[in-house]
Amino acid sequence: MRLKIHHKTHYTYDAPVPYGLQQIRLRPKSRPGQVVEDWDINVTGGEVEVSFEDEHANAVDLVSFTPGQSEIEITCTGTVDIEDRAGIVGPQGGYVPLWLFRRSTPLTKAGVRVRALIDAAPQDGAAVDRLHALSALVLEAVPYSTDQAASDLSAEDVMEAGHGVCQDHAHVFITAARALGFPARYVSGYLMMNDRVDQDASHAWAEAHIENLGWVGFDISNGISPDARYVRVATALDYRGAAPISGLRYGNAAEDMSVILQVQQQ
Amino acid sequence: MASDQKYFDEMFGHGTDARAPYADYCNWFHHEDTARLLAKSEEAEALFRLIGVTFNVYGDPDATERLIPFDLVPRIIAAREWAKVAKGIEQRVRALNAFLHDIYHRQEIVRAGRLPAEMIARNDAFLPEMIGVSPPGDIYTHIVGTDLVRTGDNEFFVLEDNARTPSGVSYMLENRETMLHMFPELFSKIKVQSVSQYPRSLRKSLGACAPDACSGRPTIAVLTPGIHNSAYYEHAFLADQMSAELVEGHDLRVVDGRVAMRTTKGYKPIDVLYRRVDDEYLDPLNFNPDSVLGVPGIMDVYRAGGITIANAPGTGIADDKAIYSYMPDIVEFYTGEKAILKNVPTHRCSEPEALKYVLDNLADLVVKEVHGSGGYGMLVGPAASKKEIEKFRAKLEASPGNYIAQPTLALSTVPILTDAGLAPRHVDLRPFVLVSPDRIDITPGGLTRVALTEGSLVVNSSQGGGTKDTWVLEE
Repeated sequence: MRLKIHHKTHYTYDAPVPYGLQQIRLRPKSRPGQVVEDWDINVTGGEVEVSFEDEHANAVDLVSFTPGQSEIEITCTGTVDIEDRAGIVGPQGGYVPLWLFRRSTPLTKAGVRVRALIDAAPQDGAAVDRLHALSALVLEAVPYSTDQAASDLSAEDVMEAGHGVCQDHAHVFITAARALGFPARYVSGYLMMNDRVDQDASHAWAEAHIENLGWVGFDISNGISPDARYVRVATALDYRGAAPISGLRYGNAAEDMSVILQVQQQ
Repeated sequence: MASDQKYFDEMFGHGTDARAPYADYCNWFHHEDTARLLAKSEEAEALFRLIGVTFNVYGDPDATERLIPFDLVPRIIAAREWAKVAKGIEQRVRALNAFLHDIYHRQEIVRAGRLPAEMIARNDAFLPEMIGVSPPGDIYTHIVGTDLVRTGDNEFFVLEDNARTPSGVSYMLENRETMLHMFPELFSKIKVQSVSQYPRSLRKSLGACAPDACSGRPTIAVLTPGIHNSAYYEHAFLADQMSAELVEGHDLRVVDGRVAMRTTKGYKPIDVLYRRVDDEYLDPLNFNPDSVLGVPGIMDVYRAGGITIANAPGTGIADDKAIYSYMPDIVEFYTGEKAILKNVPTHRCSEPEALKYVLDNLADLVVKEVHGSGGYGMLVGPAASKKEIEKFRAKLEASPGNYIAQPTLALSTVPILTDAGLAPRHVDLRPFVLVSPDRIDITPGGLTRVALTEGSLVVNSSQGGGTKDTWVLEE
């Protein structure tokens, strides 16, 4: 499936920003099952300082604010061709050892609630089935809801809140999958929802590593493995490592953000 | 002075006659008046205090407490003895850099079954952000301090590797400066290899590691956490001595794809940053977001090849004392040679059999925290009370993986000057090593640390140790 993506993130500040940086992970890469035909990132109100690949082979751009700006806009436009591979991403490439994906991070640390979920998950059977069952358990414990105001919640906080968005589902799933012995990681990307062109937000899901199969994707929020409507952009141990945009700025200006995201089949 | 027979005394061996490297010095010493030397000793302290006072002017009321006692009897090493030590250090430092490269790439040593993956996986100093990063010349540890102890005429052991941030080189330089000032006649009688070239060598060595982005003469800066850091004096001293800028995090920012420092003429890009700020605080954008000591985005510029950070982030993994226990294997794996310098036999308490042995022999062993340094949190069995041993036993049983144990080494002694004349005290040695793509440069000698308390084996300055000038004689 060929998807055309237009993704604009616009930040405004109530005062000029003297100095600021944004680290952006918004460049999908071609890989088996995913061909990036064209992709452009355009920044207004800032400059791309450097570009590099991080340890997870994500393409990263470091953007600096043009000094004194009170607006910055990052626009991604591109076309990606995707094949449905039933969520199978394949073997671990690069230098990152698999054990790294068993590590807990502040966002993926199990507390009593996540541990109860882990205990309820099937402890034997085929790995893929167990992980799909886990995915369903997570969605049952944390129904989808955009009511949650806070972002950057830990898996345990999410369980306590009792509802969440795709990012929250991914964190709970990753935390539990690791505890069950599967290396697991966070994926940020795009999903074309069938019924609309304007998407609410970029998407997030999880991947678990299964022996002899490699990485397999699980979109917990939608209860399926990713298909030809999913564009993988960045992966990491959790949201913080794969976030589309993470920044730091000097001064006390308050930030307001708006996003326009269109994903449509071509 | 008759030496204690139990320990090798570097001046007298196990006998009463001066060993060859000390012959000329002892001859001189015997014609000296002890009272004059004791007065010189006070003069030396005044000199150091002056430096301490300079430090104090910047507003640190504790500066005088940091004055490390200096003993004016030099520690003397023959050229032939040093050559062998230097060869061993060079081999070890090559292996360390190859190891660091491997750990952040294919981890061949783990694949080959020579190092358990847990040694890396459970090591807090392993920095995932360094995976796949190849710094210029594949040098990760540019400035190394290899701590050595001596137990006999030809017996040197490596006590620990300091691949992260070895400090103390300013003491090495100041000690020599002070000795030259106080005893110029000694240096005309005895030919001692110079150490004063260290700052120039440091500059050259760092410059040789400049990134491709550098054009022309490399710009070098020393990044300090600031005046409240206990080693601030050394940071300022080194920057001054090698004509580099001394900067703090807030002086730097990302400009035109480089890390640049504010100058009166605008921002100037830095090619090589000799940083004395720990990994965790180096970059609030990539590491601890609360850090005000670092430079946001420096890791991004680094990974894009725009700056050399010395030492590279993530090198601390090699300082881990559990990794240390594998150093003979590490040296062999990467150099194909047996290690020239010996390791102290080390029991890894994470291994049940080793733990049992250690618990049964606590009174005879030195037990150290795997990630510890500075002589804190360690047990020196033979010097500890029964109560201290039992207290430590509980800690060890609670988290055995946190500890390693070693036999108590019969550390060599070198005499210090006391009111009663010469008296033997235990010493160790930290030579300073500079690594660049073209060469490994080892300053002859290094920093000799001396336990000032009679019988004490703990030489750390934080535990009441002092320092000595270290002489390596000319051939």
